[in-house]
Amino acid sequence: MMSIPAFDDQGPDRQYAAFLAAGEFRIQQCEKCRRHVFYPRLVCPHCGNAELRWVMAAGRGVVYSTSVPRGGGQGDYNISLIDLEEGPRMLSRVVDVAPDAVHIGMPVRAFIGEIDDRVVVLFRPDGDAAR
Amino acid sequence: MSGLRGATAVVGTGLTAFGSLPERSARENLAEAATRALADAGIGKDEVDGLFTSNFPETFSCLHAAEYLGLSPAVFDGTNIGGSAYVNQLQHAAAAINAGLCEVALIAMGSNTRSKLKQTGVIDAPREQFAYSDEYKPRAPMNAYALAAARHMYEYGTTREHLAEVAVAARRWAQLNPRAMRRDPLTIEEVLAAKMVCDPLSALDCCLIADAGAAVVLVGAERARQLPQQTPVYLLGVGVAMTHSGIAQMPDLTTTAAVESGRRAFEMAGLAPKDVDVVELYDAFTINTILFLEDLGFCRKGEGGAFVSGGNIAPGGGLPVNTNGGGLSCVHPGMYGLMLIVECVEQLRGQCGERQVQGAEIALCNGNGGHLSSQATAIFGLESAL
Repeated sequence: MMSIPAFDDQGPDRQYAAFLAAGEFRIQQCEKCRRHVFYPRLVCPHCGNAELRWVMAAGRGVVYSTSVPRGGGQGDYNISLIDLEEGPRMLSRVVDVAPDAVHIGMPVRAFIGEIDDRVVVLFRPDGDAAR
Repeated sequence: MSGLRGATAVVGTGLTAFGSLPERSARENLAEAATRALADAGIGKDEVDGLFTSNFPETFSCLHAAEYLGLSPAVFDGTNIGGSAYVNQLQHAAAAINAGLCEVALIAMGSNTRSKLKQTGVIDAPREQFAYSDEYKPRAPMNAYALAAARHMYEYGTTREHLAEVAVAARRWAQLNPRAMRRDPLTIEEVLAAKMVCDPLSALDCCLIADAGAAVVLVGAERARQLPQQTPVYLLGVGVAMTHSGIAQMPDLTTTAAVESGRRAFEMAGLAPKDVDVVELYDAFTINTILFLEDLGFCRKGEGGAFVSGGNIAPGGGLPVNTNGGGLSCVHPGMYGLMLIVECVEQLRGQCGERQVQGAEIALCNGNGGHLSSQATAIFGLESAL
């Protein structure tokens, strides 16, 4: 059987979580087609290649869409889709701003925070980009 | 042109009452609908050799249904892709009949989502994990549809009033349907003033939660013509497509896989949107109707809001859409797609009473599943279309 190194390592879910726990927001880049990948995968969803390397995410993004779920009993919070500068889109929350003040096209910046003790990537408005 | 065009026909439909059926289990609702559909077709249960069902949160839906009904099917499919599952299964059933794998296909579902919610306080939803989303606690599934609505508003100037037009049109159809759950009058202003559930969607932009069962019986065209009880309603085209599971991976939130499923169904049928007399779209949320009208080619992308305005899809409008009252005002049992098929068939048979679209010869339905994830389109016609 052909040896594919990626299949011998700890899975990318575990690797991503370890980076996050160490304070790093990393995404993957395909060694073959060069496209960036998020969420973490064992194989590139664009070209099927199994060699994906971890790169630091620039952390810059733009709000693609935004919403506020109401009445869930935990107070209102923001749910947004963020287009990362590298290309992939991810679901997250934009915080440090009123949940309904987040708008499509808003530049945002990633940081590592917590929701209910779980370490996650969150976003806040990008002051530098707004100026 | 595909060999499936006109190769099969729906010859039986069955529905339970819609609403609150607290004394009934999901399987009992399935069994009632299935029995009614077989009686409607004039076919005994022992002739059923193809079984198609799906019902979250079950995994073994086919096993449960076959055991309950005492069936020994040679072909079965319990694929769950959300509420579009039954329209997807229509494709599989037609292909199986056409290939000679079975002769009588029963597609059936039953749910007691509403009663379970009342009893447990929790919606009996699929226990799916959506990768790298759940930890942010989006309110599933409406959050996905709210994000799509927000993006459609941003790109095309669609308004909450446009969404409200969809809800009001559905209610006006429901008022003509004795079976529909919500028949009290509804205004645009009431939809706009309703409690917000997930911006920009209010409670009245969201579908009902119902107990209900539905079933259809599909047979080969030749067999259909020999059955004296019902006018055969032929399957002219069917197509399916999927783009993602979680909403973050949907390529474009304003364009669904219905573009592809619709293209495939229209190609098989050799028809175009202008040929369709009655349209049944999976309206789990008001934005769905606008998206699917655009994606299926009934209007151009971005023009769905204007298209539904002024009562254009309501009774007396330019295009009859969701003539049973839809998931918004008629029924939504967790997975609604089978009711779309039943309404198409009953419209073409001319059995729809006050809400009957006069002279309807071609009907289309589009099932939606997951978070706008899977789409399944079917086109039906009478003998005249063959």
